[in-house]
Amino acid sequence: MAIKTQPVTVNLGPQHPSTHGVFRMRVMFDGEEIVDVEPIFGYLHRGSEKLAEERTYTQIVTLTDRMDYVSSMLNNQAYILAVEKLAGIEPSPRGVWLRMIASELQRIASHLVATGFLLQDLGALGTPLIYAMRERENILDLFEMICGARITNSYLRPGGVFMDAPEEFWPALERGLDDIVSTIDELEEYLSGNEIVFSRTKGTAVLSPELLINASITGPMLRASGVDWDLRHRAPYDYYGRITFERKLHTASDNYARYWVRVQEARESVKIIRQCIEQIEPGPVRPSFDDVPRLLRPPAGDAYAAIEGSKGELGFYLVSDGGISPYRMHVRASSLINLTLLRDMLIGGQFGDLFVTFGSVDLNMGEVDR
Amino acid sequence: MIGLGLRRGFVVTFKNFLRPAVTEQYPDRHVGLVGAAKEAGMNPFQFLVKKPGDSLKAIAGLATVPVAVEQSPRFRGNEFTFFEDRCTACASCAKYCPLGIIEIVSVPGKIDAQEGESYKLEVFDIDIGRCMFCGLCVEACPYDALHMGSQFERSKYVRDELIITKEELFDAEKRPSSWYRPQFEENTFDPFKETIVDHHDAGRHERPSDEDLKKKWVDER
Repeated sequence: MAIKTQPVTVNLGPQHPSTHGVFRMRVMFDGEEIVDVEPIFGYLHRGSEKLAEERTYTQIVTLTDRMDYVSSMLNNQAYILAVEKLAGIEPSPRGVWLRMIASELQRIASHLVATGFLLQDLGALGTPLIYAMRERENILDLFEMICGARITNSYLRPGGVFMDAPEEFWPALERGLDDIVSTIDELEEYLSGNEIVFSRTKGTAVLSPELLINASITGPMLRASGVDWDLRHRAPYDYYGRITFERKLHTASDNYARYWVRVQEARESVKIIRQCIEQIEPGPVRPSFDDVPRLLRPPAGDAYAAIEGSKGELGFYLVSDGGISPYRMHVRASSLINLTLLRDMLIGGQFGDLFVTFGSVDLNMGEVDR
Repeated sequence: MIGLGLRRGFVVTFKNFLRPAVTEQYPDRHVGLVGAAKEAGMNPFQFLVKKPGDSLKAIAGLATVPVAVEQSPRFRGNEFTFFEDRCTACASCAKYCPLGIIEIVSVPGKIDAQEGESYKLEVFDIDIGRCMFCGLCVEACPYDALHMGSQFERSKYVRDELIITKEELFDAEKRPSSWYRPQFEENTFDPFKETIVDHHDAGRHERPSDEDLKKKWVDER
């Protein structure tokens, strides 16, 4: 005789250590099985898009830092590309190379955080997270060296970057890249063959590529399902056209595939940075103030620019009315859009997989709510 | 094969177990007898004889020494450095600040002064409690008067004490970070050790003379 159960509604969050910020889920369980999920967010809403309407184009860079606070450089880059498109600014070559190096470093840091916290959600309390964070610390030290801040960088400016990297940055970067590779090797040896990780992540929360494309999900989540879609390759921005790199794809589309794609992408980022170091040329890092004034007044119009962020396509849409601040700014936040398939991923799954799946999406509430 | 991956994982954990720690103790670091003697500036035997009480404490593991946090000289910290003889009270920094936390009140310095002639700074307040250390004010200053320092320890019990006033800025030690100041890096300036005595060391270009200012802003208009 089967034991009769009745559905129970459980509230998770918003103050929950596994929700990567302030995210709330109302989950209905039938025994261990998830019947229904209702995601509730907006607890970290700061109105960045509205605030941007009364700030000058340079000042908005500081707002973009705080959207996805584990990948500030990438936010900066997406925003700056939109401004350059809007105002028709020709960036300085050295500035572009420098911001590519910075954003790839940030991508590695972001993927390390994603991996560490995924393992934290798996129940590996501490150890893998600390290994990942230790390496991220070195990357943040590099950021401190080039721009004086560790997380809220505000390094990029329309037309390039704020300031050239100091001399001691380049040997430190070489050392850092070697360290990153050895850390990723270690992390992979530690995790990629681990039976517990296999049994917990393989075959859970499988999504079909069709569903992912229909929900306009991008980034490592999409590439984990075998769809070869990377904006750095498909629509090269900056100087990515001059860089050769491999797109790492996995076909399983489960939680393990998402983890695997992130780790491999971090490896590819190291190769991209090495190529950038080879190709970087001397020169000014930003156009002179005669060409690009401090107070930009782009002509009336609109522009959309997108980059391959650490979590997916990160796009900024700017509308200018010819004034000193944008008429409207809209952010295509990849975290928010990647969150839309949460129900499809969770329903039918087990309670134990809930936070693993949630962690494998790699979302950042700062970007979801903005 | 069940278990092999786990074993390989434990090998990694064990390797990390033998590595030196990367974490730092802050603000004080526990030291033994040797470290405490080094801090006092003598060798351990001297320390043992001269300060038996401190030595016992050190042997018991209770002695601490302050930790010097390693930072980049570019670090954007909160001890603002201000060169008052370069400031023209143009309020560029206040206009550039995304949060509007710099308050400047200026009056003409002389009686019957023409517009653009030397202005006297009445109020120059930086509300550091709301500052987000973006460095845009430093970028904005045309005469290199405002710099960011490297310090970061500035917690207070009262919010009002977080406002840096004009007097405080004037009296502060001139210890700017090399953020946006490449000429410091050429001289391998270390803001944690050195102080700029002459403000001319800091500038990219000079503050214009009063005559030049008058010519530019008054006569040519």
